[in-house]
Amino acid sequence: MLLFKRFVPWLTAALIAAGSVAAHAQAAKAPDVLIKEVSSDVLDAVKADKSIKQGDVGKVVALVDAKVMPHVNFQRMTASAVGRYWRQATPEQQKRLQDEFKILLVRTYSGALAQVQDQTVELKPMRAAATDKEVVVRTEIRGRGDPVQLDYRLENTGTEWKVYDINVLGVWLVENYRSSFAQEIGSGGIDGLITKLAERNKAAKS
Amino acid sequence: MRRGTLSILLVALAVLLGLGGCATVQQARAVGPGAKLDPWENWNRKVFAFNEGLDEHFLRPVATGYAKVVPQFVRRGVDNFFSNAADAWSVVNNILQGKAEPASQDFARVLTNTVFGFLGVLDIASEMGLEHHYEDLGQTFGRWGFGPGAYVVWPVLGPSSVRDSIALPADRWLASPAGYINDGRWAAGISALQLVNTRANLLGASALLNDIALDKYSFVRDAYLQRRRSLVYDGDAPPTPDPADSPDEPASEPAGSQPPAAPASAPAAPSAPASAASAP
Repeated sequence: MLLFKRFVPWLTAALIAAGSVAAHAQAAKAPDVLIKEVSSDVLDAVKADKSIKQGDVGKVVALVDAKVMPHVNFQRMTASAVGRYWRQATPEQQKRLQDEFKILLVRTYSGALAQVQDQTVELKPMRAAATDKEVVVRTEIRGRGDPVQLDYRLENTGTEWKVYDINVLGVWLVENYRSSFAQEIGSGGIDGLITKLAERNKAAKS
Repeated sequence: MRRGTLSILLVALAVLLGLGGCATVQQARAVGPGAKLDPWENWNRKVFAFNEGLDEHFLRPVATGYAKVVPQFVRRGVDNFFSNAADAWSVVNNILQGKAEPASQDFARVLTNTVFGFLGVLDIASEMGLEHHYEDLGQTFGRWGFGPGAYVVWPVLGPSSVRDSIALPADRWLASPAGYINDGRWAAGISALQLVNTRANLLGASALLNDIALDKYSFVRDAYLQRRRSLVYDGDAPPTPDPADSPDEPASEPAGSQPPAAPASAPAAPSAPASAASAP
């Protein structure tokens, strides 16, 4: 009993230490390391799975959900694409926008993944101070033919890094949706945009 | 003949620039994010629709057939042949931009591939580890500090900007093997092959584009402008202001802070400038 009492503070201390180490380890994972790990992971998974290359969308979505989405700040992505109208949207509208936009982007991403053959990811040198809250990680997909530029904007949430925009061949994807989103909102309001996104997603499915 | 084309283009440009003057006045009032960059949107949309029709009924079917019939290694050779000419033009533009190292590497590429690679059909330089540093005159102008100006869609040639349009005659002729051939029929044939080859390379991208764009016109426009800007900065452009982070005020970004860039693959542009074919 007495032994147990003595043991408790020890145990508590050990647990706290372990916890902080874990948290620290997470915070310490540099954004470029994270990107390299996640993208290599995804590429390997695609290469190992024939059904993905044959266009099994369900599988790709599952893969993206498992490996990629945990590292994406999807709310920020959507808010940024919607721009200043985001604050005028009700929470429910915001949620629906997010859901539909996610389907759209995952579809895009799946289309790209289906093209994966013998590619590898290479990190390009990063300029960032240790204190930066937002960074750009630049990578190149190398395979046959010319390398493809693929960059990521990440933000530090305090415990981990999350992606909030992706650049393919010099084009920031979220940024690129801004004017068509504004166009739709201009003509049909936020609900008009939601409808349009849903239509697009349905059309592509069939 | 070539001189004729050039002077027509220059006249067209003068007209465009004149229009640009008037357009500036309207820009201030326009609201949409695209309005500032695209004062001629109505006209551009019409040309875009025309190009889309041309692509759907002619260019894409031809390119699809080409990709199906022609073996991969032949297509690769064709692609390399055009890239080699683009490399030569890149040497000039790297020099114009004061980039000595890339210029000398591209020069070594052209020399190697032309001499040992059968006029560029084999890309031996890449296998030796010499990489492309694609630069065209539009990028050179950008590097010298010229903004892109208004967005322009040309019939057949596709997305461009005022700046890139000024560079266009040189970028189309001097970056293509067709520009170095005196026989008109050969030159035309080579231009046609280049068009089909470029389009065939973009088949995947354009299918994807149809799936993901809400409005293809503005998606392609913004992607073109973003990509060109990125190329001017060699892939490392400073960020443009994020409207979500700025106060709730429409169109109040500082003037001139909006040089967008554009996509290479401008899939919609059947014949994006030669560099687009290969330039990452």
